[in-house]
Amino acid sequence: MHISNGIIDGPVAAVFAALALAVLTFCVLRGRRDLDDRLAPMAGLVAAFIFAVQMLNFPIFTAGVSGHLLGGALAALLVGPWVGALCVAVVLVVQALVFGDGGVAMLGLNITNMALLGTAAAYLLIALLLRVLPRTPTGLGITAFVSALVSVVVASQGFVLQYWLGGTTDLGGNLAGLSGTMAGVHLLIGIGEGLITATTVVTVAKVRPDLVYALRALKPAVPAPAVPVAGGAR
Amino acid sequence: MSKRSWPFLLGGLLVALLLAGVVSNYASAHPDGLDSSLLKGCTVNADDEITGGSCPAQQAKDHELADSPLADYGVRGVSNGFLSTGLSGVLGVLLTFALGGGLFWLARRRGPATSPATDAATDAVSGPASDPSADERSARTR
Repeated sequence: MHISNGIIDGPVAAVFAALALAVLTFCVLRGRRDLDDRLAPMAGLVAAFIFAVQMLNFPIFTAGVSGHLLGGALAALLVGPWVGALCVAVVLVVQALVFGDGGVAMLGLNITNMALLGTAAAYLLIALLLRVLPRTPTGLGITAFVSALVSVVVASQGFVLQYWLGGTTDLGGNLAGLSGTMAGVHLLIGIGEGLITATTVVTVAKVRPDLVYALRALKPAVPAPAVPVAGGAR
Repeated sequence: MSKRSWPFLLGGLLVALLLAGVVSNYASAHPDGLDSSLLKGCTVNADDEITGGSCPAQQAKDHELADSPLADYGVRGVSNGFLSTGLSGVLGVLLTFALGGGLFWLARRRGPATSPATDAATDAVSGPASDPSADERSARTR
């Protein structure tokens, strides 16, 4: 979902660059509370893993269209929302500055959609779902799937907002059409995002439940019988 | 880094290297959801190049760093496509891990390890993470 140069005009791109910088600064300040000797290398791994999986464009049902992981939900689950947003931002910076993916001038727009909006939407849902769903691999998997799917659609609508503000082609008032097209295609991509996120997080939770931030930080709303996810039925 | 985390980190890094270094060659080359949405109104050929019509994607301009040695996930000078993609993926994973891990390590809170669930309370008591006494405490913890 990387915006190329020329798609959004310069002033709007600059405004979003300033916005992204401000929010990322806040994420650093707030994320430091979570970042200890154990989380820091884990966050580096999460960023590297997201970079790797973002290379894996998968085909979706519509002919000739692909999608790839954004990673906001995955990062929020594993290292928390603040550090998670920073992980995705690091990936986007490397992609723009080294791999020519996503215009450098568009970096603020891309960070806003994928790192900030995607991660924020995901974590709101994670915080809600993990409190109400049972603490089982299934509960964690559903949380991961739903939050990842929704985060992709939210990120896609972030682009629609940006295009409304500074799109370089006059859509003739057909913004709703772009919004619908983006939402539809990203609903399908979101299914892929959900499957990848759920598989990855449930796997980590089975191997090392203590490394899943969301399981440490979010307590169930109703004190359930203590069954750690890792203990898993299998 | 705690002693018992490193096998997990190493394992995770190996998985990432495998995905970016090998599996990446089997990725779909079609435009992604955003790019394809911007192609609406245009006709494209088998290589997804615009052949006619009018659509937002026509406004796209070249990337500032299109001449970067790793641009478009390939290594310049490596003619074997499989090797070029895989190598660029491996370098990207290592670079992202080094940059991300390095920045997070520098920014980390130096103090006694606590779980995030109790962080808010702990921080309120112990004050800013950057105060010098926190460094002494972390030295003791290690």
